[in-house]
Amino acid sequence: MINIDSLELSYGVDGFRLSIPRLKIENAEKVAIIGASGSGKTTLLKLISGIIKPQQGLITIGGIVINKLSDVECRDYRISNIGFIFQDFELLDYLNVQDNILHPFRITKSLSIDHHVRERMKRLAEEMGIVDKLKRYTTNLSQGEKQRAAICRAMVTMPKIILADEATGNLDPSNKIKILDALFQSADKNKATLIAVTHDHELLERFDRVIDFKQFCGVGAV
Amino acid sequence: MIDSFYLAWRYIAFNRIKTLTLVMCISLVSFLPFALKILLKESEHQLMSRATTTPLLIGAKGNSLDLVMNSLYFSKEKPNFISMKAVEKVMSSYLAMPIPLYTRFHAREYPIVGTGLDYFEFRGHKIVNGRAFAMLGEAVIGADVAERLNLKVGGSILSSPENLFDLAGVYPLKMKVTGVLQKTNSVDDKAVFVDLKTTWVIQGLGHGHQDVKKIKDASNVLSRSEKSITTSTKIKQYTEINLENLGAFHFHGDPSIYPLTAIIAVPQDEKSATILIGRYLSEQTNQQIVRPKRVIEDLLGNIFQIKAFIDAVVLIVAIAMVLAIFLVFSLSFRLRQKEISTILHLGCSRSTVIQLIGAEILIIVMFSGALCFSALLVLQYFQGEIVHKLFIS
Repeated sequence: MINIDSLELSYGVDGFRLSIPRLKIENAEKVAIIGASGSGKTTLLKLISGIIKPQQGLITIGGIVINKLSDVECRDYRISNIGFIFQDFELLDYLNVQDNILHPFRITKSLSIDHHVRERMKRLAEEMGIVDKLKRYTTNLSQGEKQRAAICRAMVTMPKIILADEATGNLDPSNKIKILDALFQSADKNKATLIAVTHDHELLERFDRVIDFKQFCGVGAV
Repeated sequence: MIDSFYLAWRYIAFNRIKTLTLVMCISLVSFLPFALKILLKESEHQLMSRATTTPLLIGAKGNSLDLVMNSLYFSKEKPNFISMKAVEKVMSSYLAMPIPLYTRFHAREYPIVGTGLDYFEFRGHKIVNGRAFAMLGEAVIGADVAERLNLKVGGSILSSPENLFDLAGVYPLKMKVTGVLQKTNSVDDKAVFVDLKTTWVIQGLGHGHQDVKKIKDASNVLSRSEKSITTSTKIKQYTEINLENLGAFHFHGDPSIYPLTAIIAVPQDEKSATILIGRYLSEQTNQQIVRPKRVIEDLLGNIFQIKAFIDAVVLIVAIAMVLAIFLVFSLSFRLRQKEISTILHLGCSRSTVIQLIGAEILIIVMFSGALCFSALLVLQYFQGEIVHKLFIS
């Protein structure tokens, strides 16, 4: 369970301020986050993953206070437990698709590549329809294919929490459904919590809950 | 599992042109000072080894370095000539044994060295195939000449004309190979040795032609008296010396004034050497006597002064290159900030990022080192040839 309590964060010359008095997300829950641009949706995902730390408040995941972990502990926790699908994919152009998907395994001691991992990587690529592109460099992929490769990378570690920042933003309608199905299926299989920032309102009904960031203007539990 | 080297390799392979440029720059900067050191060491070795074994050299007054380079290394510098009288002078002094040298001509690119058999004994050379030259027109060739021209005992080699446009020039002489020297790893391997008289034949001081008394075609006889017969140039000149025509070869003029380029003087002892040098210094003569070792030491002194200057230039270039490489790396990392933040966002630690960058630098340095080392090996293999071409010939 993800529990956010009395979170306060502000930065920048524009005086950006995020204030979440209380937010609870249950295990295996699928939550969509909507809101205006610049309202702090991506920031929330970064807070949950420990990439940035709040000035006040607590973020607890499964009993662990993420924002109290040391930098090293936080990174270890993130790479082993959280799959992050970035808005602009953040794939590395000097690696082919296969190496990009397996990248998390190559940058930490806490994960290692074995044949199970390779099988999983292939299966995910198959589900995402990019199995024939595994040897290609990302510069030779379409935006949609890059998106799918980024999703594979986030899911290959079988994370407990999947954070998706506009994961279907670059896909055509038929692919959107297909990718979302794969994302949901993967989350279900691993009993993972899925938190997705999205602007696609037609997809919202598929989520267990929708959090509109407008409500954080006020104060109260969500 | 951290695959730093795998990821670093992927990055390097993807950016191969940038990597190659860096590798070339680092290799070149590393190669230059080592190469210079190798070449200078080899040149010092080549120049000194021969100079120290040649006690004294007598030649025409002028540039002593030209005299030493021509006499010891058969270089293309042409010192003024001295005459055979100089040999007599040394001989009659009983202070040193003279070994005359005449190194004016070439057979292809190989120098023809006119000398006596004493030269081989003096240098400690052995003839591995055949025998020494015994008559006019015979030659003993160095090991490299034999190998490169695929020449064996019984084969022949032609002298090259000095000037292709000299219509009055002498005919090339076909010389018979009678012996091949053992490999000596010196310039003697690339020389053709003949008797002094053979070089004078090449020069035209001696020649052989059909017997004028037996000329049947009267138009070839310009005048005939009891004492002499004058012929036209149509009579047959021999361009090869063999047992049949050997008797027809003869020399004109006074042999004591025939030319030489130098005389190696081998003194009885140091005292004899000092006395001989003293005689040349005190006399009004057009000859000079030099100790080749001192001349080469002076030359090396100049070379090492130049080396110190080149070292300083290389050092400045190296510092500039290191700064440029530092700039390249720092700009590269600035451009890669997004990539680095992605890796950090995924959960990679800062130490792992440093490890990844370190692996990239290490691979580049290793490649540069390997390239530099290979180039140095190649240079070392050809150092003898290179030094010979750069500093000697």
